[in-house]
Amino acid sequence: MTILVFTGIILSGSFVAGLLGSLTGLGGGVVIIPMLTLLFGVDIRYAIGSSLVAVIATSSGSAVAYVKEGFSNIRLGMFLEIATTTGAILGAFLAIYAPTHLIAVIFGTILILSSAANYLNRRALPEVKGSDLAIRLKLNSQYPDGEGGWHTYGVRRVWGGFSMMTLAGVLSGLLGIGSGALKVLAMDNIMRVPFKVSTTTSNFMIGVTAAASAGIYLYRGYIEPGISMPVVLGVLGGAYFGSRILTNAKSPGLRVVFTVVVIILAVEMIYNGVTGKI
Amino acid sequence: MSPHWKDKDLQLIIGNLLRGGVLLSTAIVFAGGIVYLIRHGQQLPAYKTFHLQAPEFTTISGIFKGVWEGHGRAIIQLGILVLIATPIARVAFSILGYFVEKDYLYMAITFLVLCIILFSMLGGFGG
Repeated sequence: MTILVFTGIILSGSFVAGLLGSLTGLGGGVVIIPMLTLLFGVDIRYAIGSSLVAVIATSSGSAVAYVKEGFSNIRLGMFLEIATTTGAILGAFLAIYAPTHLIAVIFGTILILSSAANYLNRRALPEVKGSDLAIRLKLNSQYPDGEGGWHTYGVRRVWGGFSMMTLAGVLSGLLGIGSGALKVLAMDNIMRVPFKVSTTTSNFMIGVTAAASAGIYLYRGYIEPGISMPVVLGVLGGAYFGSRILTNAKSPGLRVVFTVVVIILAVEMIYNGVTGKI
Repeated sequence: MSPHWKDKDLQLIIGNLLRGGVLLSTAIVFAGGIVYLIRHGQQLPAYKTFHLQAPEFTTISGIFKGVWEGHGRAIIQLGILVLIATPIARVAFSILGYFVEKDYLYMAITFLVLCIILFSMLGGFGG
């Protein structure tokens, strides 16, 4: 297989990953790493590096859409980015010293947990009054109710959410993923932020979190241009196609199928990690 | 009107800048990819094992030198640098936005986030 053929295959695979990630809302990065390592035998460090770059691309590319909807809580995102960026640096340093088979096992486990988290019952109990700290940090906000009015909501348990966000950052830096599911979980279940706000604010934060570990990845040689090139172009193309052209193709069925695929890939990653093949 | 409407306006401008950054970086990566494939497309890929890369692809000065010499892979890395810079630029512009709003608490918080990211860049490149 020549580099030309290899590039073509990775480009097509990444396009499909970006497309599915955008249609299901589960993100394209989660299948990039298993695709590269399991299917094409690429070293997991190169896979992590190119996935992280793809995560930045999709997050920055979709920022406008999320802000326009008016759901993102920009102050909340910025405050929590203190936690995620610090965590991301820690994670990137861990990635350098952790053996690759251990990273494969952690990756598989996190993949299964975050797929499950997407099916958790979301607590639809946003609170009107925020905690004292949330008031001091101006985290309480409003979101449009779709009829021209505004829903006011308060943010609770700021430090609990902050700790969870640090963990999300560590995993993002360690595994080259966006950690979107964990970020949403921290905001929903701990801080009691309304569902629509947590989802869009999380997407908003992913790029900044990833940028914090990207510098370390680049210097350590994790970002191999020959692989990152088809991955970035493919994932962005797929995500764009999914969000602009196939907006009506979103269906719960597709989401279930994608989740099953992700779980199979995760189990295979764990198996290969345990047997030392990765 | 939401009390955060100014936030939203500013973030929309920043969001459009980010989209421009992503488009620019995509174009650079694409151009570098073409050069790379024309030169090396018929060779065999060697990504199965991890090997230390030349500074030409891992340091900012090395990447600029490689671009100057017309190396396809260095051009791809330049595009990736632009991509990494987009979220960092958002944070930097937000500081300005909070300054205009006279929200000094969030100016400080945003500045802290910027410092953490820049520390990672310098720490990563230095160590």
